[in-house]
Amino acid sequence: MMGWQPVVLWSDAAFWLILGLTGMLIWRTRASARDAWGRLFSMPAGAAATVVLLAFLAVAMLDSMHFHARLPGVPVRYDVTVRSVLDVILQPLVAVPEKTYSAPLASRLFTRIQTTDAHGLPVREFAMLNIVRLHPARPDLPVRAALRSVLTGMMVFLAGWWLFGRTGKQPVSALFAMLAATAVLVSAVVFCVQVVGHLHVLGTDKVGQDVLYEALKSIRTDLLFGLLATLLTLPLGVAFGMTSGYFGGWLDDLIQYVYTVMNSIPDILLIAAVVLLMQGYIETHAARFDTAAARADIRLLLLCLILGVTSWTGLCRVLRAETLKLRELDYVHAARAFGVSHARVLIRHILPNLGHLILITLVMDFSGLVLTEAVLTYLGLGVDASMASWGNMINAAELELARDPVVWWPLAGAFCLMFALVLSANIFADSVQIAFDPLGRRA
Amino acid sequence: MINYLVRRLLYAVPILIGVNLLTFWLFFMVNTPDDIARMHLGRQHQKHVSMAAIQQWKIAHGYDLPIFYNPSRNGIGHLTDTLFAEKSLAMFAMDFGAADDGSDIATEIRTRMGPSLMIAVPAFLLGLWTNLSLALMMVWFRTSWQDRLGVAAATMLMSISSLFFIIGGQYLFAREWCWVPVSGFEPGLDGWRFVLLPVLVSVLAGIGRGSRWYRSVFLEEIGKDYVRTARSKGLSEARILFVHVLRNGLIPVLTTTVAVIPLLFMGSLLTESFFGIPGLGAYVVEALQGEDFAVVRSMVFIGSLLYVLGLILTDIAYSVADPRVRLS
Repeated sequence: MMGWQPVVLWSDAAFWLILGLTGMLIWRTRASARDAWGRLFSMPAGAAATVVLLAFLAVAMLDSMHFHARLPGVPVRYDVTVRSVLDVILQPLVAVPEKTYSAPLASRLFTRIQTTDAHGLPVREFAMLNIVRLHPARPDLPVRAALRSVLTGMMVFLAGWWLFGRTGKQPVSALFAMLAATAVLVSAVVFCVQVVGHLHVLGTDKVGQDVLYEALKSIRTDLLFGLLATLLTLPLGVAFGMTSGYFGGWLDDLIQYVYTVMNSIPDILLIAAVVLLMQGYIETHAARFDTAAARADIRLLLLCLILGVTSWTGLCRVLRAETLKLRELDYVHAARAFGVSHARVLIRHILPNLGHLILITLVMDFSGLVLTEAVLTYLGLGVDASMASWGNMINAAELELARDPVVWWPLAGAFCLMFALVLSANIFADSVQIAFDPLGRRA
Repeated sequence: MINYLVRRLLYAVPILIGVNLLTFWLFFMVNTPDDIARMHLGRQHQKHVSMAAIQQWKIAHGYDLPIFYNPSRNGIGHLTDTLFAEKSLAMFAMDFGAADDGSDIATEIRTRMGPSLMIAVPAFLLGLWTNLSLALMMVWFRTSWQDRLGVAAATMLMSISSLFFIIGGQYLFAREWCWVPVSGFEPGLDGWRFVLLPVLVSVLAGIGRGSRWYRSVFLEEIGKDYVRTARSKGLSEARILFVHVLRNGLIPVLTTTVAVIPLLFMGSLLTESFFGIPGLGAYVVEALQGEDFAVVRSMVFIGSLLYVLGLILTDIAYSVADPRVRLS
C-alpha cells in the first residue's frame, strides 16, 4: 500500500488559515450580508467571475496539501521530495519528459536534435516526441476530444438549467452566465483529460517540461501571493484607519504623517528596497532555511509581508474617512453616553459598519497584487526562480520570442491563465462593489 | 497665496526628514554596512569573507564611519563625520555620493533625466488625451451597448500585465513587422524611432484603468443638478457634455494628474529597461539587479521629493481650477 506523511509548509499553513478565517467570517456575517451576496449572484458578470475564481481556488487548495510519499521496501522510509495532491493529479503531464521545445499538440520536437536512424546512423531530425512514441493515439485525437468536450460542456449546461432553472432563486441571465462559465471550465478540463498522456496540450518548454503543468502549478504561487499580501494590509490599515478617524487630534496627525511618508516613497522603490534587505538577510542566515524549497517558501511569505506592510495606506485612508463620518452618528454618541469604552465602541459599533468597505478595498487590491508579482519577478525581486510562477514564465518567454522560428506557447500559456484570473478578479471586484455598496462611487 | 505656499513648503520638510530617517534605518541599521560588504564580497565567489576584506571594502566605499557619533573627531566633527551625516543628511544638499562603480550619482541622474522625460512626457500627454476621449465617448453612449462594450474592453485591457504589452508590442512592431528598432536610444529629434514604441506601449497599458476612472468621474458629474438645468434650458447634449460636464469633471482629473507630473522625471522601470532607454527607470533597475544600495537610496529620496512636490502642485491646481477652493 502507498503510504504518505503529511508536510505543512509555512505557506500552506498561511493559506489554510486564511481560508478558514474567511470562511468563518462569511458564515458569521451570513445574516447581515445575505442581501449583498444575493445581489452579487444575481449579476451575470459577478456570478460567472465567482465560478472562475472558485475553480482557481480549488486548484490552489489541491496544490497546498503537501506530503512525502512512502518509498517501497520493508523499513518504512519516505521520499525526501515534497509533493502535493495536485502533483499526483497532474502526474500524466510530467510522466514522460521530452528533450526540448515542442509546439502545442505537436507530435514532433520543435528543433532538430541528434538521434540515430533505423540503421544506427546518426541523423539530425525533428525527433518524434517520447509521449507520442510510448502512447500512440489516432491522429484525429484533438478533434475528437474537442468535439466530446464541447458536447460534455453543453450537457453540463443543460443539466444545470434543468436542475436550477425552476428554483427561480437567480435571475435567468445570472444563471445563464454562471452555467456558461461552468460549462466552459468543464469542457476545458474534459479536453485536457482526453489529450493528456498522448500529446502535450500547451507544448513543452526549453527543458522539455510540459507548459500546462508549469502554468497550473503557478496558480498556487500567484493566488497565494495576491491573497496573503492583500490580507496582510488589514492589520495596519484597519488599526491606523480606525484610530486616526475616531480619536482625531495628535494621534490623527501622527498617523497621517506616517501615512504621507510611506506614500511619498514610490511604491515599487519602497518594496524593492525592503526586498533587497530581505535578500541580504536570507543570504547571511542561509543556515536557518535548510532546503531550497524552504528558502523559496519563506521568501514568498516574506514578500507578501513586505507588500502588506508597504501598501496599507489605501485602506487606511478609506477607513479613516468613513470612521470620521460614523463617529458623529447618534448611536455612537448614545453608546458613549451609556459609558461604553472607546475600545468597545470601536469594535462593536464602528468596525462592523466598515466591513463592506474593507471587503471592497481588499477585493480591488487583489488583482493588482497578482500583476505586481509578475513585475517584481521580472525585476528579480519577486518569488524564487525555482518556484513555478507566471512571472518566471514571462521572464523566460522574453528570450523565446527572440528565437526564430518563434516559441510563443509558454508566454501564451502564462498569458491565458493569468488573464483569466486577473480578469475574473477585476469583474468580481466590480460586482462586489455594486453588491455591497449600492450607493457608493465606483472607479 | 504666497503665505500658503510657504507653509506647504515648510510642511514638506518633516515628510522628507521622515523619508530620510526611514531609508537610513532600513539601509544602515536593519542591514548594516558589514552585511552590505559581505554581500558584495560574497558575490565575487569568496565563500568565507574575512573581517579584513570587509573593512577594506567599507573604507573603499566610505562606509567606515560610526553611525551617529564619532568620538575620534573634534567639535562639530563628532556629528558631521558620521554615516548619518555623510550618507543621509547630505542628500538634502543634493549630494548623493558615488555609486558602487565609483561614478557620481548626481551627475548620472542629471544625464539620465533627459531620456526618461523623452518617453514619459509624450506617454503622459498622449495617454491623458486618449483616456479622456475614450471616457467621453463611453459617457456619450452611456447605458447603451457601445458603453458596455467600452467598459468590457477597458476591464480586459486592465487585466493584462504591462509586461505582456511590452513583450507583445516589441515582438509585433519591432521583430515581426520591423517598423521600429527593437531597443536603443538616440538623443534629439532623430531618436523619434526609438521613442515611438515605448510611448505607444505605455499609453496602451494605461488605457484600461484610466478611461474607466475618467468615465466614472464624468458619469457622476452628469447626474448633477446643473446638468438637468442645462438640459431644461434646451442646450444640446453635445454642448452639455463637452463644455459643462467636461470642465467640471476635469477638476478631479486635474488633481490626480498634476500629482503625477513631477514623478515623470523618474521614468518607468519596465519600459525603459525593456527598450534599452538610458533613463532613470533603467538606472534603478540596474541598481536593483547589481544591489547598489547607494543608488537605490538616492532614487528613493528623489522620488519622495518629487511626490511631495506633486502634492503641492495639486493644491495649487485645485485652487486655480475650482474657484470654490480657497488656499488658506
